[in-house]
Order: sequence, then structure tokens, then C-alpha cells
Amino acid sequence: MKYVSEYRDKESALKYTGLIKKLVTREWSIMEVCGGQTHTIVKYGIDQLLPDSVTLIHGPGCPVCVTPIELIDQAISIAGLENVILCSFGDMLRVPGSCSDLLGVKASGGDVRMVYSPIDAIAIAAGNPEKEIVFFAVGFETTAPVTAAAVLQAEHLGLDNFSMLVSHVLVPPAIEVVLSGEDCAIQGFLAAGHVCTVMGYTEYEPIAEKYGVPIVVTGFEPLDILEGIHMCLKQLEEGRTDVENQYLRSVSREGNRTAIEIMRRVFEITDRKWRGIGRIPGSGLRLRERFARFDAGKKYEVSSHEVDEPEICISGEVLRGNKKPLECAAFGNVCTPEHPLGAPMVSAEGACAAYYRYRLARGK
Amino acid sequence: MCLGVPGRIEEISENDDPLFVTGKVNFGGVLREVILAGIKDAKIGDWVIVHAGFALNKLNEEEASEVFDYLRQISEFGRIELEEADGISGCAEEVEID
Ligand code: SF4
Repeated sequence: MKYVSEYRDKESALKYTGLIKKLVTREWSIMEVCGGQTHTIVKYGIDQLLPDSVTLIHGPGCPVCVTPIELIDQAISIAGLENVILCSFGDMLRVPGSCSDLLGVKASGGDVRMVYSPIDAIAIAAGNPEKEIVFFAVGFETTAPVTAAAVLQAEHLGLDNFSMLVSHVLVPPAIEVVLSGEDCAIQGFLAAGHVCTVMGYTEYEPIAEKYGVPIVVTGFEPLDILEGIHMCLKQLEEGRTDVENQYLRSVSREGNRTAIEIMRRVFEITDRKWRGIGRIPGSGLRLRERFARFDAGKKYEVSSHEVDEPEICISGEVLRGNKKPLECAAFGNVCTPEHPLGAPMVSAEGACAAYYRYRLARGK
Repeated sequence: MCLGVPGRIEEISENDDPLFVTGKVNFGGVLREVILAGIKDAKIGDWVIVHAGFALNKLNEEEASEVFDYLRQISEFGRIELEEADGISGCAEEVEID
């Protein structure tokens, strides 16, 4: 398939790893921010192809993983209400709240539906005027434009039976939290290609300068990641700390202004709690006042209280890149994709799920 | 969550409000309805990167071979050893979209 298969070419990948070996003269640690990249890395064994002196640290870039447990509990309460159809992306339905998950609500008779896009939830709302449709909106800047487009469609169609529980998060403030950590070992970053496809990368320039780290905007295929790693290592070896763009076919410095405009029209920036990490100022999106009637948090007064995670789950450490999934005592025994204790074991972008799926299966 | 899949625009629906323009996009033979509101001056034949039913951006065909250009450029500085050929698992085999 065009734009996909050619970026999985084995020979070019091996050339890249050979060149990386020639390039590095000392130990370096690089964080790939996005969980989608983590999956490519673990799936294709890219980390195992690199010289021992290069460590890849997996980042917090998994929106499902960082959605606060209180919001999941809120979604579970709303899904249990009579007359409500709750819709969200597949992974979100399996993430454990404090005592259940959304699929549990479905099993006990609730109407919980998996959708591919928030626009599907709009269609469900239009087709079921006697029901209340609630979309549980999670995602990074990549997903925010389509969520915003759904709100605008709901307004355009005059749907008053549609609302959303918004848990959108933004990447740059999380990178800053990781970098300001006390013993942060990260020397360079691969930034998430699809987040930057929308936003561009001007926001990363002051971060690279302030913390003295190179940042390379990187795509998702094996060759993209190998090139991104090579570019990042080259900067490190040369003592540069620039923002560079590996994912040229999709990303421009300014991003997609039309998509950004759609997103800004509907959302404004707010503080947000990240599961496993804590409250990060300016790291979330919420509906603007003009769209308050689509805010499920306001429409349904369900209470939620602070809850603790299962003690054994070290997902906070995993999300901050301090620990690898294999260092968790529960990994693969008490905690599995069938019975996840923490969100990183559920999501298609969670590091624990990636290790379980690709590493345990291969016996490595 | 941030998965983006490349596809080619085959059809564009008329809509007076650019916010509600949609189109049919071909993903390796499978057609899907996609919101094109984020694509300025979308044309049939354009390649776009699509996430959750929304086209995030046009793909730049000229830049598409840039990974290989970079590789060619950096390879010129010397021959590369390929002795670790057994390491990479599945790069060539797994070309399905997941
Ligand atoms: S393996 Fe399970 S319990 Fe351990 S950190 Fe990952 S999600 Fe939490």
C-alpha cells in the first residue's frame, strides 16, 4: 500500500541500524513521546536492533492511559443512566475505572457502543431522537479537530440529545513535566508525527531551547522511526538542540491552520489531571461556553471522587518513562490484556500492552 | 489513538459550508466517507492522512521519498555493515495495515 509498505523495507531498515551503530560514540537516552511509536518500536524490535548504548524510553503519549480514573467513573455512571447511549473508541470501553469498566455496564444491560469516529455518535443521535447520546471524547491534538467537527455538526443539525464528556489532552505541557522531573535521564525526543501534522512544531522550539534537548518530529513506520532516531542521535553527537522534522510528507512547521481553527472554535485550554502523572496546568481542552449545552459533565450531575490506583500498578512510572513494563511485578501474571489492572495494559498505545503482545509472545 | 492512515480522495461532496465538506477516500481498495473540512482546496486524486474519519492534512508527494534520500545521503559516508541481518523481525513480511 502506497505510503505504508515502502516504509517497512527491511534492507533500508538494516542500513539505518548500521549507520546508527557507526554514529554513536557514547550512551544516549531518547524518549518517543507517542504510544503509537512505542508499538512500532516493540513490534518490529527496533529497540533490540539499536546499539546497547542507545536506550529508548517510552513516553506518556497514550490518551486512553492518561484519562483520569475519576472521569472514567463518571462515564460509567452516565452509561448506567436510563435512556442513555454512551459511545467511545474501543479501547476506552475496557479501561478499568475504580470498580468496573464501560463494557461491564454493557454486560449488565447498559447501552454502550464502540465507534470509529465521533461523527458516528452524531449519526446515532440523529437516528435516535428519543435517546440521549453521550460521546466520551479522549485524544491528543490529532483527535481534537474531529471531536470539534462533531460538536459543530451537532449544533448545525440542532441536536439537543447529544453531548460529550471531554478528556482531551495536549502533548507539549506533558513533555515539560517529563523534562522537569528530578532525575530526568532523557536527552532527546521523538515528537509525535500526527499531533504535529495538526499543530506543526513551533510549540516545541522553546522547549528544545529551554531544556537543551533535540526534538525530532517523527512518523510511525519503522523507517520513519529509524530515521528520526538517527537524526536525533546525530544532533546529540554534534551537540545541537534543534527541532527537526523527519515526517516531511505530513508535517509542516505551521501545521494545518484550517484544522487548528476548527479545534479552537470549539475548545479552549484548561488544566487537566493525567492518570498516573497528576494535574498539569494548561494541558487539556474543554468546550467553550458557547457550546456548554453539549457538555455532558454539566448535563449530568454525576459526582466523582478521588480514587487510588491499585497499589501494585506502576503505570505512573511507566508513563513518565521511569520504568519499563517488565519491571512491574504484576506484568503478565496478575495484569494481562484480558484482566488489565492499569490503562497501559489496555490501550493499543499503552506500553504494557505492547510488551505483552510483542515481547512475551516472542519469548524475549 | 493517533493512528493516521493514508488514502486517496476519489469523490468530493458539494457543500456550501466548507465545514461540512466530506468525500470518499480510498484506502487500499476500501472506500470510506471522510470529513474534508480540514483540507483547504481538496481535489480528487489528493493523498490525505486520515484519523477517525477526519483528514488531518494532505500528504506531500514530493517529500514522500525523503526517508530514502536521507538514507542515500548518509550512506555515502562509508559502507555499512549488515552483519546484524537476523535482528529485524518482520519488517518485510508485515505489510498489512493494522
Ligand atoms: S503491567 Fe499492568 S499493573 Fe503493571 S504497570 Fe502495566 S498496567 Fe499497571
